[in-house]
Order: sequence, then structure tokens, then C-alpha cells
Amino acid sequence: MEKKVKKVKKELTVDQKINRRNFISFSTFFAAGGAAYGGWRWLYKSPEETSGITAGARKPLRRALNKTELFFRNFFSNNHLVKTYPKEMAAKKVRVNSDIGIDDKDFDPASWALAVRKGNGQVTKISIDEIKALPKTEIIYDFKCVEGWDQIQHWAGVKFSDFIEHFGLTDHAKMPYIGMETPNGEYYIGLEAESALHPQTILAYEMNDQPISLEHGAPLRLIVPVKYGIKNLKRIGTISFSNQRPKDYWAEQGYDYYSGL
Amino acid sequence: MKIIKEKHPLLMRWTHWINFPILTIMIWSGMLIYWANDEYSITLFGYTFFSFFPEWFYTFLHIPHRLAEGMAFHFLFMWFFTLNGILYVLYTIISGQWRYLVPQRNSFRDAWLVLLYDLHIRKGIPPQDKYNAAQRIAYTAIIVMGLGSVITGLAIYKPVQFYWITWLFGGYHLARILHFALTVGYMFFFLIHVFQVVMAGWNNFRSVVSGLEVTEEPETLKDPIIDMPEIKTPDTKKL
Repeated sequence: MEKKVKKVKKELTVDQKINRRNFISFSTFFAAGGAAYGGWRWLYKSPEETSGITAGARKPLRRALNKTELFFRNFFSNNHLVKTYPKEMAAKKVRVNSDIGIDDKDFDPASWALAVRKGNGQVTKISIDEIKALPKTEIIYDFKCVEGWDQIQHWAGVKFSDFIEHFGLTDHAKMPYIGMETPNGEYYIGLEAESALHPQTILAYEMNDQPISLEHGAPLRLIVPVKYGIKNLKRIGTISFSNQRPKDYWAEQGYDYYSGL
Repeated sequence: MKIIKEKHPLLMRWTHWINFPILTIMIWSGMLIYWANDEYSITLFGYTFFSFFPEWFYTFLHIPHRLAEGMAFHFLFMWFFTLNGILYVLYTIISGQWRYLVPQRNSFRDAWLVLLYDLHIRKGIPPQDKYNAAQRIAYTAIIVMGLGSVITGLAIYKPVQFYWITWLFGGYHLARILHFALTVGYMFFFLIHVFQVVMAGWNNFRSVVSGLEVTEEPETLKDPIIDMPEIKTPDTKKL
């Protein structure tokens, strides 16, 4: 029996060879095409992740975002500085893109104080004057929004790493994550400590050499140039330290938690 | 007598076809991202000829308000796009196939003659190997474009960590424009490519799936060449 098959194989004509090759190739082509389509359907229809710190993305895509974050975090360095510009290039009309978390009418900046939540449930209140007493750092850089627009802006305030050091929070900032929230708790972000402690990250109270207006996040807002605008929280109410990712407004809406530049 | 000619190696066929759906997904998810700040248009002397993109186009393709989704897809499939491209380039280098693909000294002149031939202005095309001069230019350009997409993509994805790449492309704005323009380039490539494939016919199309091309050889011709002329390694030194 086997011998017979071999004999037949040897006597294949050119046409038979062509047909055989075509049959194999096109079968593979359509099978692979079908598999690719099936794979795409599976991914496209895959269930949303269970709502937690992150939400709103398809499960496999969230996993990919997190893996990709781990890859690109290897390239993060405090020596990689955001490009800065001369003062004249800063926008006079600074774009306001959102008022989430700062839209309550009865907010009184005069009675505001920053709450720093330490691990053991202790809360330290810090007034704006205490913050302004620290050395001022300013930065004129290209603010980048996740939507794709950018604008050269001029901000000034206290360097976040100076703030941590001055208020004796160095040990707390050794925890891998830092969370910030607006006073009403409606907008909140989480950062890896390394991004927060980057030498260009500041707690800003001035914009274009003037006190920040309410719509831009008075009395104190975060400017973290190594992140997209979504992480640059306006009107900081509380700062906390954590071993896990703190909750993050846009990460709950399907965006990458890292959102680093 | 019919003769089987081996035309496209297996790996080049696979990477070619794998690239097609991946690039489609990259372009689609890229549009979901671009929509969030769709600032590009073709404007000359204050008159806008075309703006990317008209409202009906977005509505038709269900693009609006899907930025987060677009980013999630884009940042997954970017890996497949890049890896598939690296595989293709490595293979063409190692196998020696690059010799059929990279334009030669006379390719730019010959490509013009190929164009005239395609437009039925001229009869006959210059002698060629696997690809004609126009193909050499197009298929090399598309690889350079792919590389350009990956690098400009990186320049706008991590403009701080890879600041030197962003600088290399003339800054964040220019890198984003280039990234977008390359995509428009793919669309033009696709249209011409598909048109040419249709015009070239079945035998040519089949060769990109099965790898073989069938040629008719007169009976009198003895000792037919079955395979593509083999690439001899000693030739490398001469080149």
C-alpha cells in the first residue's frame, strides 16, 4: 500500500503539483484568515474588566496596557527632563479643558488647607502660606493632553520633592504610589512615586506670574510634566501614600493608568 | 510546457498577509485617537480644500468618543506591527531577498519607463528580476514608511523618555503630523497596490499565497530553469 502511494507521488505531473500546492496554500490562507477573524471577534467582544481601580476597558486590552506600562517604565529616569521654553513663548490664554471636581459653587479658597494623609490614619493640615514659604520653582513647558493637543504653559510653585522633604514625608514617599483628590472627592488621580518625585513635578500656586485662578485649580494644583494632563489634578484637597495603585478618575473610564510621557 | 517557478518565500508571504489586518487595526484605532483632536486639513492661501475628516466620515465609521478604546487597541497592536516588520526585514536581509527589493542605480530611471508602460504610453518594460524598478522603489519605500510610523509613534507616545527621537523628527508637532501623513501614504499605497494586483492577474496574486508562479515555456527549450536564480554568497563581495 505504502509503495503504491510513493509511486503515485513520483509520477505527479506539473499540473498536479500546481494544484496540490495551490490547494495547501489556499486552504491555509483561508483557515488562517478565518482564525484571524475569529481572534478579532473574540478580542472585540471580550468582556469589560471588573470595575476596580481601573475600569471600562476590555479585559485583555487592560492586561496589555499594564504590561506595556511595565515595559516603558524601564525607560523612566529623573535625568530625562521635559523640554522647557523661554517665558515669552508661554500661552497668555491658558486652555481650560475640564472642571470635573472643582465645579462646586460654595468652595472658599480662604478656608482651604491641604490634608496630607499618613499611613497610620494621621492627617496633617498644611496651609497655603506654609507652602508658599518654601523655595519657588517655575517651569515653562509643553503641557500635553491625552486628546492630542498641547500648549506651552508657565507654572510656578513648590517642587514636590522639596515639599516631601520639608514636611518630613520622605519615609512615606518611599511607598510606591501617591494619590491626590479634590476637596469634594470627585476627581482623583494616582501616580507612581517616581513620577511625583521627578525634579520637574510641582505643586503649583501661580500661573503666568499670577495666582492661579479657580478654573485652573486654585489654590494649589499638581503640575506633573511627565504625565498627560489628566493626571494634573486641580485644587488638591488631600495627598495620600499607598502600596497599591490609588483610585484614578480616568483609569476608571478605560484610560491607561500610567499615562506617562 | 508549464513550469513552476518559486517566487515568494514562505516567510515573506506570511508577514505580508499578517501585516494587512494589523495595519488595518492600527489605522482604525489611530483614527479613534485622532478624532479627539482632529486639527489637520489641507489649506492653501486661506482656502481649506479638505479637512481630516468630515463629520459624515466619522459618523459612518462610528469613530466619535472612543479615544480610550482607540488607545488601548493602538498600544497593543503596535507590538505586533513592529515585531512583524522586524521579522520581515531580518528575513529579507538574511535570505538575500533584499537584493530583489532594494532599488538599484538605474531603478529610478527605469521606474519612469515602467510608469509609461503602465499608462500604455510606451511598449515594453526594461529587463527585470523578481520586481520591476517601480516595485523595488514602492516596496522599499513602504518598509521605510513602516519604520517611520514606529519611530514617529514612539516620538509622540513617550516624548519625555525618548526626547531625542522627538527632537530628531523636529519636535512633538512635526512628529505627530508625520505619523498622520504616513497613514495617508498607506491609504494611497493600498489603492495603487490593489489596482496593480488586479491588473497583474491571477498568476501573480496566487504567487503571494502559494509562492509559486507558473510560466509557459516552449517545448523546444531544454533544461528549463525551475527555481529563481540562486543567490551565490561570493557575489556579496563584489557588490
